[in-house]
Parts: sequence; structure tokens; C-alpha cells
Amino acid sequence: MWPAILATSLGAYLLKLAGLSTPAEVLESPRVRRISALLPVALLAALTAVQIFAVGQHLALDARAAGLAFAVGALLLRAPFLVVVVGAAAVAAGVRALVG
Amino acid sequence: MTDEQWPATRARVLRSALGVGVVVGTYGVAFGALAVSSGLSVTQALALSTLTFTGASQFALVGVLGAGGSALAGVATAWLLGSRNALYGMRLAPLLATESRRRRLLAAHLVIDESTAVAVAQDDDRAARLGFWATGTSVFVCWNLATVAGALGTEALGDPQAWGLDAAVGAAFLALLWPRLRDRRALPVALGGAAVALAATPLLPAGVPVLLAAVVAVVVGWPEPAARQAGA
Repeated sequence: MWPAILATSLGAYLLKLAGLSTPAEVLESPRVRRISALLPVALLAALTAVQIFAVGQHLALDARAAGLAFAVGALLLRAPFLVVVVGAAAVAAGVRALVG
Repeated sequence: MTDEQWPATRARVLRSALGVGVVVGTYGVAFGALAVSSGLSVTQALALSTLTFTGASQFALVGVLGAGGSALAGVATAWLLGSRNALYGMRLAPLLATESRRRRLLAAHLVIDESTAVAVAQDDDRAARLGFWATGTSVFVCWNLATVAGALGTEALGDPQAWGLDAAVGAAFLALLWPRLRDRRALPVALGGAAVALAATPLLPAGVPVLLAAVVAVVVGWPEPAARQAGA
């Protein structure tokens, strides 16, 4: 675990420092800007999907999906982050208690 | 800006820095909780918040590891998510050019979504520099305190699944994604990324399908936008 933590930290710092130290014109091509704006979108969506619908290498529809549905509703209503996350956990735990 | 206006501006900037820190603290509680429920110790969760100090990358690492992904896949996903901080750094570079070399090395650690947002929202450079340093510091303190609180609290809870914490991780990713969906091309990229990751899940080791989703961002972001040529 520690090597992963240290590698993540070193990479994160070097990326921040690279931005502060790089002449703007090198990396500020419109294409690089577009892709780096879309990169977190694709990755966070993929992380969401896998976290909710995957069990190891299998796909599954279970209590987590109910939690995600709550999260979508809460975000549409502009609920604060903690409400979204705690609510999703509570809904999933509730469904699990009822069904499982 | 005249010197008479400065005290009022300074107070306003410091207030927003503190407010942002407290709000981000709530994410920190969630991060500490999810890190511990993914198998990290309290010390490891805190180490990530202190040393990595960029939320989405931290969530990604513990998410991938918690789902049984390899350390390599987790670290690679975290790096890709951290790449946007390089763009923030470029945005801030002219502002921080006057700082000493040592202070710039320190400043780099504080280059995150929130410090950039507060800095670029200011009207003049002096207020922007204050906004950057004050927000970075305030978020750093709140983020780390909150991580410890969330981690210790979760350690006391026991079985993370019974508390629905696996769904909470997914909700946290979605909440981090949500504000980025305003861009016109973001929604198709999000749906495409999710579809690619799910389609690849049965075929590839855990953690790799998420990395594969990055290809969607490259494919969609590569071509020049057509709208301008059509005169739209």
C-alpha cells in the first residue's frame, strides 16, 4: 500500500509543479486543453459505473444502484456533497437490510 | 486598487478562503471514511491527504484498490486525474512568478481546483495571490483534519458494506463529476467512459477498465470543434 501512496503523491506533486514551471505555450494548445478537460469526466464516470455495477470482474445490479439513484436525485436538487454521499450510503444499506 | 480598498478586499478574500476550506472539509470526511473502508489504515489515509493533496486522485486510488484493482492501475488512474492540476499550474504561473523559488516549490503543492478557482476570480494580482495562498492553506488544514475525523469514525463503525459505504464511494465519484457535466461535450464523454469501463469489466483485470475509459476523452477531444466552421 505504501509504495502506491508514495507514487501517487510524487506524481501528483510533479504534475502541479510542471504546470507552474512550464512555459504556457508548450502545453496550452487547444487540443491538449480540450483533452485534459474531458479526461476527469471520462475517468470519474468510469469510476462511478464500476463502483456501482461491478463486483470484481462481474457486472451486478444490486443495492448500490438504489444508492446511486438517490445520489442523482440529490445532485439534481443541488444537495450538498455530504447529503449526497451519506444519503446514498443510507439508501443502499436500507435496501440491503430489506432485501438481503 | 487603492490602498484604502485593500483591507476590505483582504477581508473578503480571506472569508471566501475559509468558507471554501470548510465546505471541502466535508469531502475530506467522506474521503477518510472511504479510505478506511477500502482497507487503508488511518495513517495511510492521512498520508494521502497530506502528501497527494488532490481529492479526485485520492478517491480514485482508494476506489480502484478497494475494488480489487492492482496498485499500478490505481496509481495510473490517480495520475491521469491529477493531470488537470498541471493546467491550473499554468494558469497560476504568471501570478506566482514573483515568488521566490522556495515559495514556488511550496505553492506547487497547493495547486488544486479550489485555490485556482478563488485566485482567478479576483480582479487584481495582489488579491489573486492572497486568494491562492489563503485558500490553499485553508483547504489543506480542513482537508487533513476532516480526513482523520472520517477515518477514525469509520474505523469505529465495523462492516463498511452494512453501512452502504460501497454505494457512497460511487456517489462521491458522481458528485465530483457533476459540476464538470455543464460543458457541451462532457455528457457524451461521461456516458461513453462509463460504457467502455463496464463493457471491459468482464474482460480485463479490475482497475484497467477505468483507465481504458480515458481513451474516450482523447477521441472526443482530439478533433477541432466543428461548430465554429458551421458559423453556429
